[in-house]
Amino acid sequence: MADDLEKRMLEKFPGAIEVLPPHRDLPSERTFRVSTGRIVDVCNYLKNDEKFNFLSDLCGVHYPEKDKKFEVVYHIFSIDNKQRLRLKVAAGTGEKVPSVTGVWGTADWHERECFDLLGIEFSGHPNLKRILLPDDWEGHPLRKDYPLSGR
Amino acid sequence: MGLIENRFSPNILITSADYIFNWSRKSALWGMTFGLACCAIEMMATGAARYDFFERSGMVFRGSPRQADMMIIAGTVTKKMAPIIEKLYAQMPDPKWVVSMGACANTGGIFPTYSVVQGVDKIIPVDVYIPGCPPRPEALCHGLMMLQEKIMKETMAKKAIK
Amino acid sequence: MEKMSEGKTEDTNFFRTEEVVINMGPQHPSTHGVLRILLKLDGETVTDCEVVVGYLHRGVEKLCENKTYSQNIVYTDRLDYVASMTNNLAYVGAVEKLMGVDVPDRAQYIRIICSELQRIASHLLWLGTHAMDIGALTVFLYCFREREDILDIFEMLSGARLTYNYMRIGGVAQDIPDGFKERTRRFLDSFPGHIDEYETLLTKNRIWLDRTVNVGTISAKDAIDLGLSGPSLRGSGVRWDIRKAEPYCIYDRFDFQVPIGTKGDTYDRYLVRMEELRQCVKIVKQALDQLPDGEIMAKVPRVIKPPAGEVYHSIEAPKGELGFYIVSDGGEKPYRVKIRPPSFVNLESFKKMIMGHLVADVIAVIGTLDVVLGEVDR
Repeated sequence: MADDLEKRMLEKFPGAIEVLPPHRDLPSERTFRVSTGRIVDVCNYLKNDEKFNFLSDLCGVHYPEKDKKFEVVYHIFSIDNKQRLRLKVAAGTGEKVPSVTGVWGTADWHERECFDLLGIEFSGHPNLKRILLPDDWEGHPLRKDYPLSGR
Repeated sequence: MGLIENRFSPNILITSADYIFNWSRKSALWGMTFGLACCAIEMMATGAARYDFFERSGMVFRGSPRQADMMIIAGTVTKKMAPIIEKLYAQMPDPKWVVSMGACANTGGIFPTYSVVQGVDKIIPVDVYIPGCPPRPEALCHGLMMLQEKIMKETMAKKAIK
Repeated sequence: MEKMSEGKTEDTNFFRTEEVVINMGPQHPSTHGVLRILLKLDGETVTDCEVVVGYLHRGVEKLCENKTYSQNIVYTDRLDYVASMTNNLAYVGAVEKLMGVDVPDRAQYIRIICSELQRIASHLLWLGTHAMDIGALTVFLYCFREREDILDIFEMLSGARLTYNYMRIGGVAQDIPDGFKERTRRFLDSFPGHIDEYETLLTKNRIWLDRTVNVGTISAKDAIDLGLSGPSLRGSGVRWDIRKAEPYCIYDRFDFQVPIGTKGDTYDRYLVRMEELRQCVKIVKQALDQLPDGEIMAKVPRVIKPPAGEVYHSIEAPKGELGFYIVSDGGEKPYRVKIRPPSFVNLESFKKMIMGHLVADVIAVIGTLDVVLGEVDR
């Protein structure tokens, strides 16, 4: 079942999917890297055809040493098939990631938090503004160059 | 109160009036519900079945700051919440007292981060500090009784000019 | 102000009504913490709402990047401060998954006992505050009476009443003391009688039914789309409990049922949680019977340095799916810790649940979603 999913994904989205090795080969840690522009198509396919109807988590990670400094990580789950999947999308500074609020409604607040704490912008988001910090806050605290005690 | 406060040197009439005013104030300290974080749960436990401290000490919790004379800051004060605390403090009528409950309200606690105010005394004056993370209900009772003792020591006599 | 004088001159405009935007919180007796809700009202009916969070944002995720793996357990206590044991369990489970640690059986059983007792304590607090908000003050005192018994048991185990810091990476901090089993069994024997007490007060109560039936209804499809999890999702009829779907920490050795609702309204969620209380008692009884002897801590190095990689580990916390996504770079401090809090995601469904209801129902819906702001804001 697991191998079939990879095969189907690679067939359906050639060039947009890269299979990454799961940590310690655990089946729950299956990860695909998806090219940024195709993420909404991939998510729609996974939700409608592969029954991944639940978005558990959406977060961002800051890698200042890489070329594309940000990574947006999606954790999705299929309630019927009891399978988990992780998708990763790379984004450079200032690059906008297409929003998946049209696929899973829960992505709304997750993407707002990502924008608030890391500064990753999502194009097509209905209400992209700060959620945890005050609206007039400057800076994005979860970036590696932001000091813990603030500026 | 405003008419006789700070006008007379301590004498038997003033100290007797002091005693009556202070006794009535400490016996009916109406608190404002202001639980912010984990300490709020211990505050609720102090008022609940086993400890039942508030009602029998005369402390009724009112939702509105206009009707309260004590504010127990129970929990972490963040920079987003700080202006609201200042506003609520300003809305409370005199005389008012503030009890800072828990490590976070005292000094920022275990959160030395960008968004936490390192102690509520940076924004409003505090009368009693209760340490703990969270303080046990017995500690909260002790702290409130200390506040009552502090209130008993207040005086409306003319204060000496230094 | 000009409009008012305009209305006075023309009789036909005198009874014109307008929508009002009122602000609820962040200081409010019923918002269960520092939650702010802006409600647009047409009379008493809610036509729009905006939920503002962040008044308790303490920067826990950033702090976790600056402390070692073992030090972070203390911060996880303070996320969902009503259910610290399950937070600890989720975090140490994630680090153990990252490192490939095998936790000894005795520790696993103790962890299950702690998690299920914690689930009971969390649901008792939920019931007490939810009922108090709706007006049933007696239930609050009854629930706290039982909760104090559980906190006594936890104090016996870990030394603390609320933020236990009891689980460690590889096991638990200390073994169960003498008298623990007897005390817990005494509690479990008396507790089903107390659940009957609460049900007598509420389940068939006319006022409770009026305030909770058909209030805050959400369909299964909307619930899944909005990421709702835990008893709130099960109230809508979706049979998904991580303890059964992806068993972690030897939950597959226990026999218990997962209650689900039908309509997805507040009353169904109430019934689901009440039945979960009974199932928790069942699990703890089985765990006490099966508790083996042995070590309580696996052989882990003193300085925890997981191999580079990333994991996502989630458990069924009392509020829903609590997940930890940890990225390790091989050092002794995590590179990134992302906490997937159930209350944050559950709160997204608030708007869907409250549209068209009355202001009084806002309180019932906040209560039924069982949000804890420590988790929402982190």
